[in-house]
Amino acid sequence: MNFSSWILFFRARTGRAFFALVLLLSLANSNWVGAEEIAPAVDASPFAGLLDDDFERKVVTLQNAEKSGHARTLVIFQAMLDDKLFSRKEDDRLVFGYEIEDGYALTDALSGEALGEAGKRDVRRVSLNNALRSALLTSIARLSLSSPITSVRLSAATSTLKEITPETGALFRERLTHETDSQVRDILSNGIALVELDDADDAVKLRGIATLEGSLNQDVRNRLARVVEARADGTNAGVSEVVRTAATRALASIEQRLAWYGFLENVFFGISLGSVLLLAAVGLAITFGVMGVINMAHGELIMLGAYTTYVVQQLMPNHIGASLAVAVPMAFLVAALVGIAIERGIIRFLYGRPLETLLATFGVSLILQQAVRSIFSPLNRSVQTPDWMSGSLAFNEVLSITYSRLYIVAFAFFVFMILVLVMKKTTLGLQVRAVAQNRSMARAMGVRSGWVDAMTFGLGSGIAGVAGVALSQLTNVGPNMGQAYIIDSFMVVVFGGVGNLWGTFVGALSLGIANKFLEPWAGAVLAKILVLVAIILFIQKRPRGLFPQKGRAVEG
Amino acid sequence: MALSTVLEGWSRARRADTTVLAVLVITMIGVSLLHLVVPETSPFHLTSYTVVLLGKYFCFALLAIALDLVWGYCGILSLGHGAFFALGGYAMGMYLMRQVGDRGVYGNAELPDFMVFLDWKELPWYWYGFDQFWFAALMIVLVPGALAYVFGWLAFRSRVTGVYLSIITQALTFALMLAFFRNEMGFGGNNGLTDFKEILGFSMQSDGVRVALFVASGIALAVGLIVSRFVVNSKLGRVVVAVRDAESRARFVGYQVENYKLWIFVFSAMLAGVAGALYVPQVGIINPGEFSPLNSIELVVWVAVGGRATLYGAIIGAILVNFAKTYFTGAMPEVWLFTLGALFVLVTIFLPTGVVGLLDRKRKVKKVAQPV
Repeated sequence: MNFSSWILFFRARTGRAFFALVLLLSLANSNWVGAEEIAPAVDASPFAGLLDDDFERKVVTLQNAEKSGHARTLVIFQAMLDDKLFSRKEDDRLVFGYEIEDGYALTDALSGEALGEAGKRDVRRVSLNNALRSALLTSIARLSLSSPITSVRLSAATSTLKEITPETGALFRERLTHETDSQVRDILSNGIALVELDDADDAVKLRGIATLEGSLNQDVRNRLARVVEARADGTNAGVSEVVRTAATRALASIEQRLAWYGFLENVFFGISLGSVLLLAAVGLAITFGVMGVINMAHGELIMLGAYTTYVVQQLMPNHIGASLAVAVPMAFLVAALVGIAIERGIIRFLYGRPLETLLATFGVSLILQQAVRSIFSPLNRSVQTPDWMSGSLAFNEVLSITYSRLYIVAFAFFVFMILVLVMKKTTLGLQVRAVAQNRSMARAMGVRSGWVDAMTFGLGSGIAGVAGVALSQLTNVGPNMGQAYIIDSFMVVVFGGVGNLWGTFVGALSLGIANKFLEPWAGAVLAKILVLVAIILFIQKRPRGLFPQKGRAVEG
Repeated sequence: MALSTVLEGWSRARRADTTVLAVLVITMIGVSLLHLVVPETSPFHLTSYTVVLLGKYFCFALLAIALDLVWGYCGILSLGHGAFFALGGYAMGMYLMRQVGDRGVYGNAELPDFMVFLDWKELPWYWYGFDQFWFAALMIVLVPGALAYVFGWLAFRSRVTGVYLSIITQALTFALMLAFFRNEMGFGGNNGLTDFKEILGFSMQSDGVRVALFVASGIALAVGLIVSRFVVNSKLGRVVVAVRDAESRARFVGYQVENYKLWIFVFSAMLAGVAGALYVPQVGIINPGEFSPLNSIELVVWVAVGGRATLYGAIIGAILVNFAKTYFTGAMPEVWLFTLGALFVLVTIFLPTGVVGLLDRKRKVKKVAQPV
């Protein structure tokens, strides 16, 4: 059994203790060579006393071992706590044993060297009693709390907090004087306060509650709730009315903060969904809104963008981190070229016949779907998320935001701003708006309307391709992915008002947020239906959307 | 000139209608005889597969007529007509589910299997009455009709037209699909309604019932064609065409445009409901997939291929496209979506009047050529 499979094994077997442990193991790993040098001197190791049958002597061994500063101390203690520490009968060597089919897979406790397998009878478990267990817990906590690595201290403090005892509380108090990291300090003082709650003196209890008031920790909340619980069943007989009121107030303030963070989280999820909608819809807002052309193949252009990302990643498997930077312009190009081909080949012949355009482009969408299905297989393709996009940004214990969503929100806003600038500040944008307002007048002024049409369509399609790159990071990339977005995108454009980019912006974000706030209340599917129905009703009141275009051209 | 063109158009329509009806009657009689009377060993025997297939085509043709009424004659491109078809189908499916009685897997006489499976204790109120055929038959037209009425009333009143209307009809069927996928709705969720046993007391597996359903579909199609022709030739029909060609002008002349649109829309939805109701017992299942926007839009291409605003063109288109679909999905499934996609593109660009228009053009060329 190699090292990484140990870790897996630990994860499966020990659950809670695992977190602290993996970090500790990696710590141990860094001292690997040193550990092996010590290893041969088995008898000289500070752990030899653990083989003793007398529990009290074992406790003494523990204390000495802890003081020895041996690199493997933490790993061995943890294994002992998890009942995985054995002594091999043939040579009294301390070993870790991991259960396999009929016996144990052994590794040397001091060196980590694999020692093969042994039968159940060949080893003897290092036995524990309650006193020893609690001494072990304290030792492990003390060792890991003084670790030089902040994340190790943080996870050790967090896991110790779950079952805080007066001993570990004292330990926390001692560590608090040395600790510099504010997050760890918070947990330490919370732990101290939790111990204070058990104090006989009401003044101490009140001090504890005052400390806990700002905490968002689940364990702190449960503990406070227990203090508040009614005394009718006699469980809280020792709690005075003053303490109870204080605890109730603290709990209420915690609940309030939780509700606030829950609200913030919903808003962020809403913005995140809204920015996805914005990316998907803004290209449509150009082709539909500015040109009056309905492009049912828009979803498939998004799909093409996502598949472009996939192909780019296949071509540069060693540079996944950079692949997205390559994929964005590639996807824009691919989708824009396909879009221009659609415009020049089909839509050009159908201007002024919107329903026919709708049908023809729907045909195109079927062809593109089947093409992708034939080329790439009908199964979903997996697009990798680069390292810099994985992980999440934790603001506190209840509010954390994944980087991928954060980047996509930023990306959507960026793309939108670029598009607004293109439409407002460039010659192309000027010509596009001119053609949209009055085609024949624009032609009379020398604008090549055919060329403008092709470019506008290319721009809208290219944006769809870029949206595909972003979506490939959030959802499955498959032949049907475009269809999932087409109706939503149309809803956004219709809701926001045709021919108005800012309308699309507001429409996308408000639909996203509305969806996320309805979801917990009504369920995902029902929320979607409610939003659709709401839009249908909304169109009754304002048939031209939130921000209607004004002027004579609109009525045509 | 205008009047004579219109009159000529009518007489042509009457000729074509008569031809279509004659072919329909001959097919119905012929297929029934070939299936029931001709022994199975004979090469002329038609398998039950063919009978069911033709029955399905008839239902699709009726659905195509329904769409042609609103799209061809009124200019409303509904991308959600599949929803009305599916609702009619669900109404029929609910009747058939109640007919199963205690012969289901769980043997519960009161509750359909899927409700027992979901651990429901009693029948939801909206299932009441579906054990009676007359009630189900009423619901088959009333439910799609009512939905069309409410939806149409809202949409037409606020003058939602053109592509906007198309998109919200598509959203409508999409929303219904999502809703029917939910188990909580009480319509069997993902699996829909299936495992039917008998209809009106006759086993659904028997040859007789199969042929009866086929003939019923044929009759429904014939009656649908005749009634629709009557509707489009009536005053309502002519106003509807006026609305299609110049909505504002019709409004200024004094017609309540919304009402005309609404009634033709409701009538069309009811026809679609009937088509769905006949479709379900023949295929033996109805599930939320029938609501999928793709189905509705495929239906549009049937009408486009056949030729809009002719009614018989819709029938021809539906049967042609579905025959092609059956052939391609069997022989080379990869090619089907390419073909369908190409049909959309080619028909809209090169053949806006459909197959019927193509035939007409040939005839006109001949007529012009003769005197010279």
